[in-house]
Amino acid sequence: MVDVNAWLNDLLAGNKIFTPATMAHYWEGLVTTTQLVFVSLIIGLVLAVPLAIMRSSKRKWISLPVYAYTYVFRGTPLLIQLYIIYYGVVFFDGIQESFLWPIFREAFYPALIAFTLNTAAYTTEIFRGAIKATSKGEIEAARAYGMSESLLMRRIVIPSAFRRALPAYGNEVIFMLHASAIASVVTLMDLTGAARYVYSRFYTPFEPFLFVALIYLCLTFAILFFFRFLEKRLLAHLPSQSA
Amino acid sequence: MKKLLSVSLIGLAVAAASSAQARDYDHVRIGVDVPYVPMEYRTPEGELTGFDIELGNALCDEIGVTCEWIEQEWDGIIPGLLARNYDAVMSSMTINDERRQQVLFSEPYITMPSAWFAPASLGIDEANEETLDGLTIGVQRGTLQDNYVTDNFGSVADISRYSTADDMVLDLDAERLDIVFLDYPIGQATLIESEDGDYTQIGEQITEPKEYFGDGFGIAFRQRDEALAERFNEALATLKENGTFEEIHSRYFGE
Amino acid sequence: MLDLQGYGPRLIEGAGVTVQLAVLSLLLAVFLGLLTAIAKMSRHWFLHRIATLYTTVIRGVPDLVLMLLLFYGGQIGVNAISDMLYDHFDIDIYFSFDAFAAGVLTIGFIFGAYMGETFRGAFMAVDNGQIEAGKAYGMSSVLVFRRIRFPQMMRHALPGLSNNWMVLLKTTALVSVIGLTDMVRVAAEASRATHEPFVFLVPVAVAYLLIASVTEWIFAWLQKRYNVGYGE
Repeated sequence: MVDVNAWLNDLLAGNKIFTPATMAHYWEGLVTTTQLVFVSLIIGLVLAVPLAIMRSSKRKWISLPVYAYTYVFRGTPLLIQLYIIYYGVVFFDGIQESFLWPIFREAFYPALIAFTLNTAAYTTEIFRGAIKATSKGEIEAARAYGMSESLLMRRIVIPSAFRRALPAYGNEVIFMLHASAIASVVTLMDLTGAARYVYSRFYTPFEPFLFVALIYLCLTFAILFFFRFLEKRLLAHLPSQSA
Repeated sequence: MKKLLSVSLIGLAVAAASSAQARDYDHVRIGVDVPYVPMEYRTPEGELTGFDIELGNALCDEIGVTCEWIEQEWDGIIPGLLARNYDAVMSSMTINDERRQQVLFSEPYITMPSAWFAPASLGIDEANEETLDGLTIGVQRGTLQDNYVTDNFGSVADISRYSTADDMVLDLDAERLDIVFLDYPIGQATLIESEDGDYTQIGEQITEPKEYFGDGFGIAFRQRDEALAERFNEALATLKENGTFEEIHSRYFGE
Repeated sequence: MLDLQGYGPRLIEGAGVTVQLAVLSLLLAVFLGLLTAIAKMSRHWFLHRIATLYTTVIRGVPDLVLMLLLFYGGQIGVNAISDMLYDHFDIDIYFSFDAFAAGVLTIGFIFGAYMGETFRGAFMAVDNGQIEAGKAYGMSSVLVFRRIRFPQMMRHALPGLSNNWMVLLKTTALVSVIGLTDMVRVAAEASRATHEPFVFLVPVAVAYLLIASVTEWIFAWLQKRYNVGYGE
């Protein structure tokens, strides 16, 4: 460990901007960004499945509220959603005394909630599209076998919808990674926040912003290849489509 | 459609080119970060005012140039000056050595200490490594207070960095922050004299070490604009002599 | 009724900034997107590479980071050029982009990359037989482009275009972070000063929904026009 530090110090000597101290900021930023994006995507995905099923329902009173939710969250900037949740929660009387306060006190959780609700809205619509595209033949075949509606959903519609949604969901993951950059607006030291800090301390825009841009680019490619790989594995049996 | 496109692109190019100008100043653009009550802020109607603004306008009148105030977030205010988005910065900027390497300062026009502010309920009467241990400190990103707190208490406390001082006050109200460290008059105006919350100053006003806290507020220029800085210095001396400075000062800080 | 505590006129002004910014950036993005798509389809390897680099890098980096980089760094780059002119040729001019122009250029530049992909896909969807037919009629390639490829491409591009526009519109909110006074910035400033975030942020959210709905309607109308002769 000491050796690594010494090595880093040597490497970074004579350089004001890439010092062990700023590197620590970038590392902290990378961890925060990863946590924020990963956790919000997971929770968003879990929320989106039932929401997409509700959204596909033929009963208006079930599908309409979900539609209203996705419409609002997809139609407004994430920044506004973040502001409303971050600054807004404070004005509920008594929140500071409630058991929820330890959660809302940290900037991390309001940001996580905003990101989760946002990605859940987009993912819901992606799934809905995939569910809608289930081939009629498959459904009829399942009905002919006497499957109940819920079994039909579970065995036929959902699994195939998952696979169809994969490419679009990959885009959503990348979108979320990029959108997470606004976390720095509410004091979070994510990757962008770290760059802004270094920028404000050393008055130079190029090094910090180019450096984090490069990190984001690498993350984006990693996600891209991961989804390519998944698609190859999971969609191998399907006839190749021009998507 | 295509015609509209080319027309608007030409329009854009013209708009960009129209701000091309030579380097002799009869029009000075001054960068400022608002809100920072009482130094610089906007009224709800959008009118820019505050100590810096009034003094700056008086200086421009004295020199005989027209002044234009350009808003800029604090963390980009020096790069913006170097990038020539404006020609000067008059925004409660403390003169210190680190900044002197980047920009040219006028003579200091006012000296303002920094201070710690917290809710009275925090129950500490001095800010040091022991009392700040485990607390969340609010500072404005890229300020000397940020640098001071980061270097001295970064290892014991959590530091939250904000774009504007108002953000910080809002989060102190919300109890997201335990304590803030900012320019003394800002804390006075936005915390001590405000109606909501019961705030108190912790410890003495802080002006040392000079390495962080510098030599008072100055107007910043680009290094090559020595002539412009000299004109502002002369005007500042005149305003101090003829009482205009005193008059503006008393309107904001009493006495 | 809603009490905007005196911030009403500035909020409306801010909404004007948002709309102008979005529309001008869209025009620039469409222009850059068309250039990119044409460059990507060109047989010239250099043009192809440049266009690919542009679309790949821009789409791989967050909008906000690009904006901070271009907004703060772009001016410094421009200055380096004008300093060189000054030092070597004694030409004393310089360009400064105000926050609005910088915002338009930055957002237009970012979305040009997305538009490029949309247009490329759309160009490829145009039936090759039609292009050949046009040539067989003795049309020049410019005429083929104007009469056959472009109008048909637009039909395929409109859904993607409309999608990009919606994302672009929401992206304009980010300019508030770099200091341009759009409606988000006014609302954020007002909520901090008055400590009443809902009063200002919720109307701004509604304004975005309104703009989105109106433009969605316009795109639907355009879609209908370009679909003439194809039915639904």
